[in-house]
Amino acid sequence: MGEKTASKDAKKGLMVRPIKDGTVIDHIPPGKGIKIAEMLNLFHQDSVVIIGQNLESTKYGKKDLIKVENKYLKSDEYNKISLIAPNATINIIKDYTIQEKRKVVVPDVLENVAVCVNANCISNKEPVPSRMYTISRDPLVLICHYCNFECKEDLIRLKI
Amino acid sequence: MDFVNRDIVSIKDFTKDELEHIFKTAEKMESRGYDNALLRGKKVGLLFYEPSTRTRMSFDAAAHALGAETIWFAGVEGTSVMKGETLKDTIETVANYVDLIVMRHPFDGSARWAADVTTNRTKRGHKKVPIINGGDGKNEHPTQTMLDLYSIRKTQGRIDGLDIAMVGDLKYGRTVHSLSYALSLYNCKLMYVAPDSLQIPEHVEAFLNRRKISYSKHSKIEDIISIADVIYMTRIQKERFPDENEYNKVKGIFKINRALLSRAKPTARLMHPLPRVDEISVDCDEDPRAYYFEQAGNGVPVRAAILSLIMGAIE
Repeated sequence: MGEKTASKDAKKGLMVRPIKDGTVIDHIPPGKGIKIAEMLNLFHQDSVVIIGQNLESTKYGKKDLIKVENKYLKSDEYNKISLIAPNATINIIKDYTIQEKRKVVVPDVLENVAVCVNANCISNKEPVPSRMYTISRDPLVLICHYCNFECKEDLIRLKI
Repeated sequence: MDFVNRDIVSIKDFTKDELEHIFKTAEKMESRGYDNALLRGKKVGLLFYEPSTRTRMSFDAAAHALGAETIWFAGVEGTSVMKGETLKDTIETVANYVDLIVMRHPFDGSARWAADVTTNRTKRGHKKVPIINGGDGKNEHPTQTMLDLYSIRKTQGRIDGLDIAMVGDLKYGRTVHSLSYALSLYNCKLMYVAPDSLQIPEHVEAFLNRRKISYSKHSKIEDIISIADVIYMTRIQKERFPDENEYNKVKGIFKINRALLSRAKPTARLMHPLPRVDEISVDCDEDPRAYYFEQAGNGVPVRAAILSLIMGAIE
């Protein structure tokens, strides 16, 4: 990033610098940025990672934001983000420009994304692929394909 | 209505018309007698990982009455499960030997997984081996619910519009959850009688609210005894209580004896999925409203109907 760009950013009031190529995850609920970064394993790679916490948001009051250079998300990562931050926006950046802007959507069916919270579920007892269905998006409620156990947003655990 | 090769995993998978078809088939079998050539040459696997008297024996009796053979294990002692074999591997193996599997297993959701396993086998060119859930952990026991509904229909002449009380351990008892789901199809009024600590769980209430079903909660049998058409008792499970004092506080309240039963309508019926411990005193057995043993007997025609429909012997 050149000085010119930096001063332009300062004028625009940007608190975190732009990235050349990579992904920006925006509109993360405050406090959830670190959780997403951990889930995406961002603390164990060489590229630039910027995590902004409690940034001002016109839509939500406050928000977290993640910028990660040279990384593009896979579909299961989109799905996992949707469970932590159902209103997040993913911006794909190429050469400092937004190439694509996508809102995450909690899919109807989640295969191997979340873990059933029922400890006695067969999916937690034997090598069985996890499968959950979304029965409500607001509030977020998932139901296990096998044991029908319903799991609300704050209890959802992601498959590692 | 297509029942051929269908898995029976959850009562929620069935419509009111489908349930009615099963009941009519069972009714015909019960009145006309069982055709012992109907399932000749068929093999039914009974895989009981957990104890069972009524479910296993009534499936066995139903299969034999229709001419089918049964191959079974009761308890995992003596099987490869003791060596750590997974459910998938056991199902993959047994599916080679039988035309249908009835299974009781300690883990919730095990029946759905077993059904997925035998469905996936069809992609490798094998025939579908349907799975009947004979109880999966604390989740569901759909054929128990079918025989409960059949018993209600048989004794009351209908299911629609009845007042049905469920008493005892409503929190952990899978039969009352499944029965509630099924009765939501019939516009019944449901009355739940239990101590606060064992009342019907939130997710069942949420389901009833979504279906706009009328229900009420009570803390004494006396509140409902004279108005209920069916009193469905369940066993309070001592092992669920954090300490024995808590158990002792509630166990006496949810007992029914002949004096209390005499206050019920003459047409009312007292049911129980059994086994009972002491929640129905033995003196009730001679009361004409006591129906729990006949209810267990209804397991045979209902399960015979299910076996025949799923194995395509009748439509």
